[in-house]
Amino acid sequence: MRFDFALVESRLPEIFHALGVTLFMWIIGLIGASALGFLVAVARRFGPRSLSAALGVYVELFRGTPFLIQLFILYFGGPYVGLSLEAIPAGLVGLSVYGAAYFSEIFRAGFEAVPIGHVEAGECVGLNRVQIVRRILLPEMAMLVLPAGVNMAIILMKETAVMSVITVPELTLTISAIGTEFYAFVESLFLLALFYWGLVEICGWLGQVTERRFSRFRLVEA
Amino acid sequence: MNEAAIVIRQLCKKFGSNEVLHKINLEVAQGEATCIIGPSGSGKSTLLRCLAFLEEADSGTIEVYGQALGFSEDPSGRRVRLPASSLHAVRAKVGMVFQQFNLWPHMTALGNVSEALKSVRGLSRAAAEECAMIQLRKIGLGERASYYPAQLSGGQQQRVAIARALALEPRIMLFDEATASLDPELTGEVLNVMRALANDGMTMVIVTHEIGFAASIGRKIAFLDKGRVLLAGAPKDIFRGPRHPRMEQFLDTYLDRGAAMLI
Repeated sequence: MRFDFALVESRLPEIFHALGVTLFMWIIGLIGASALGFLVAVARRFGPRSLSAALGVYVELFRGTPFLIQLFILYFGGPYVGLSLEAIPAGLVGLSVYGAAYFSEIFRAGFEAVPIGHVEAGECVGLNRVQIVRRILLPEMAMLVLPAGVNMAIILMKETAVMSVITVPELTLTISAIGTEFYAFVESLFLLALFYWGLVEICGWLGQVTERRFSRFRLVEA
Repeated sequence: MNEAAIVIRQLCKKFGSNEVLHKINLEVAQGEATCIIGPSGSGKSTLLRCLAFLEEADSGTIEVYGQALGFSEDPSGRRVRLPASSLHAVRAKVGMVFQQFNLWPHMTALGNVSEALKSVRGLSRAAAEECAMIQLRKIGLGERASYYPAQLSGGQQQRVAIARALALEPRIMLFDEATASLDPELTGEVLNVMRALANDGMTMVIVTHEIGFAASIGRKIAFLDKGRVLLAGAPKDIFRGPRHPRMEQFLDTYLDRGAAMLI
């Protein structure tokens, strides 16, 4: 291998910056995707039927097409309809809207899995609607959707690599540029894969810790 | 008979075209246990859920200590939906215990019992937990306060559910087949808690399949069949002969469950 670690060392600040950009895109995108997905799930469950149908079409469209193409259309096609976004905002919006389609389905299943009796028990002791959602529905749903949510977070982490095509200076763009510079494609891609793998492992471990915390009050058959 | 705690008049309820309750008239006396028995699908659970306002009846009225629950009828007989504040005031007098316990799995026993004390009664956390502890000790689960429902047996869970309802000091307790999902050896501990409540003079409406328990604890028995109150009265009038033929038929299915002993 011609890839000399000393060369990488000289570019370490750049690589760490790129790591920071990847984490930033991922975390903000994840928050956006889960928040938007939650709103979509709530609207589909409690909103009027027409809204629910429209949101159903959105979910199908964004789950049915590749993120790469969605991002291209947003970034390069957006200006034609008056939507000119810089690379980073475009990446964040793209990831949020793409991830929200999946998250809305995760939350929808979560809502349906909370036994209606738990809500009725809340009504019977006098909790109001907001208290029932905040104190019962959300926490119960959170532990039901956690495994699927962690899975989705991991997928979104890796999808941030796609943002390199719209010039977001994240890990993939930066490291492959270094690889090109030194004619060391295989090594740089290998290094890149290691980075993502490490990040995903950390994410998975965090998920496991949280799940273990939840396991003592997991749902039991009554 | 004591003052009426609940008066049900002409209560009707349909699910689609299926008439579940047909012109139910029933009074529940203050300080007594009233047991509702009947075959599956006779409407007893629906009736109880109407009393807890988990189901809205289609017509008829329910009065709790003289106050209309959810709906009242104006002088011309038209049904009027009452404001939420009135509904809350009436519902606060009633506690409910479910067949499936319905404890909140993410809260400890103490959390389940103290939740409404905090968020509905507005007590501080410390005060709410103190009240909740008193209730848990009463049902013999003081040591299990920090356990989650998943760590408790079915009988213990149901006792916590009873404590959760009692913590709000209801004047009436409703039990919807409270022992039906328990192993036979766990029903005893729940029935004992219910018996102790009855002995303390709690007004109770109990839907149950435990005919022997109903006969021994109930001061009044209502026998529901196909959405109608077929028979209502003191246990001796209901269970001792000559019996209604439908009742005879119903009891036949229970002879192997100990009911024979008291007949």
